[in-house]
Amino acid sequence: MPWLNKQPTWLIISISFLGLLLGWHLLVAWGGYARFILPGPVDVWQQFLIVLRDGRLLKHSLYTISEVIPGLIIGSLIALPLGYLLAKSQLAERLLSPYLIASQAIPVIAIAPLLTIWVRSTYWARVLVAVIVVFFPILVNIIAGLRSVPAELYELMASLQASRRQIFYKLELPASLPILLAGLKVGATLSVIGALVGEFVQPKSQGLGFLLVTARYQFKTALVFVVLVTLAVIALTMYGVVALVEKRMLRWQAKN
Amino acid sequence: MENQPFLVAEQVSYIFPDGQFHVLEDISLTINAGDFVALLGPSGVGKSTLLRLLGGLLKPTSGRISMADLPESSATDPIGVVFQRDNLMPWRTVTENVQLPLELQRQADQESRYRVQEMIELVGLAGFEGSYPAQLSGGMAQRVAIARALVHRPALLLLDEPFGSLDALTRERMGQELLRIWHALPVTVFMVTHSITEAVMLADEVLVMGGRPAVGDPAALIHRVPIGLPRPRQLEIQGTRSFQKCAKEIRSAIQV
Ligand SMILES: Nc1ncnc2c1ncn2[C@@H]1O[C@H](COP(=O)(O)OP(=O)(O)OP(=O)(O)O)[C@@H](O)[C@H]1O
Ligand SMILES: [Mg+2]
Repeated sequence: MPWLNKQPTWLIISISFLGLLLGWHLLVAWGGYARFILPGPVDVWQQFLIVLRDGRLLKHSLYTISEVIPGLIIGSLIALPLGYLLAKSQLAERLLSPYLIASQAIPVIAIAPLLTIWVRSTYWARVLVAVIVVFFPILVNIIAGLRSVPAELYELMASLQASRRQIFYKLELPASLPILLAGLKVGATLSVIGALVGEFVQPKSQGLGFLLVTARYQFKTALVFVVLVTLAVIALTMYGVVALVEKRMLRWQAKN
Repeated sequence: MENQPFLVAEQVSYIFPDGQFHVLEDISLTINAGDFVALLGPSGVGKSTLLRLLGGLLKPTSGRISMADLPESSATDPIGVVFQRDNLMPWRTVTENVQLPLELQRQADQESRYRVQEMIELVGLAGFEGSYPAQLSGGMAQRVAIARALVHRPALLLLDEPFGSLDALTRERMGQELLRIWHALPVTVFMVTHSITEAVMLADEVLVMGGRPAVGDPAALIHRVPIGLPRPRQLEIQGTRSFQKCAKEIRSAIQV
């Protein structure tokens, strides 16, 4: 459809979103499903207004966000030096990478209960789960980024007698930034999943995961939908913020 | 400083450590301070490897390479290299790329900014200061690399086919500019080129390299031709008999 192709992105997204809502509405209206099995968009919207007004949605969202953001930051801060070490030192890579790869075979869901036993604070146990989920993809991207630095540019820096520090700040960091930021984008959405897994395992009192679990037990399926959409919005926003940072920092790439 | 040995190589051999690839065998040469030396030879013979050895970017497998102490040269970084590939940093603008050597020496004053601008104008890129390498043609990028190699006033300038991707006219003009710079600065030049005319036009001495390292016959310097043509040299000198004689001698040496 050439006509549609020429429209701005926001319009295209709005059209597809409206279509989705309409399809959903028709499915529920014609299928005659019970509300607790498949609520329609109108039910979900009404439920949304309720939890928005009574403040529950905001409270639980903020709590989850307060786990997600430290999860992402701490995960990146651990991955950064470790990735550098692994990319630079053959010995470190041979020593550590078997464990790192093996650890990825274990689903977080399986170790999350252990973490909640070891870490007293509910909050920090959940942050830790987010950290673990975020850590690996960022680590992989840091290593890939550092490996992508052209050997010729190392040679250039050597010919200019650059110090290790200068090589890091003026070559390795900017050269690996595109791949690093791509990893951070993935990490941003994964950190939401991580925090949620933490909340599922320990559904105590606060967080969207807690809200989701309670809603499910009470067969408030519309509320489950509200939570899911809210989670998606949080993940999209996190992704968007990183993408925005990326766009600003990689302005040179846009000119390529 | 004329006629003092500046860069001396004694019986240098080089074997690439990975494949046990024997490239250079028993290379000895002396370059006097302020000399302009050109190196010719077939593709794959080891010219770039020799240039890297002279610049200290590779360590000889056997033999010695020594550079004279620099008397009152203020430059902390004695060499400037133009690599066969332009080696620009894609995330830096033209100005930022040229500025790199000064930045690494922590010079960021008015004087250095002036010098960067001066070099950019010298290579004919005024108006492109804010462009990124991806926006430049191959020849323009090479000129940026030349500006970058000169900006910190190195005592030794190593050029690996610096005009390789320029058209014939620009190439001649850049050659003349290079001569002008060389006259104006106390700089010693070692230049790899594929053009016999260019070598005779610019150099005090032309070295010819021969051998076929790819089939187990490591390369050596097989001929050296002093170019006694008067200076300063204009393009018209190419028509003279003595010029032709030098060119012919080199050509027959390469064909041996
Ligand atoms: N890193 C490396 N490891 C192993 N062999 C190499 C390496 N770099 C170059 N060589 C080999 O060394 C030989 C000389 O390479 P070099 O780049 O010095 O040639 P050159 O004379 O500069 O050629 P050209 O004129 O094409 O630039 C080549 O045969 C090449 O295959
Ligand atoms: Mg070469």
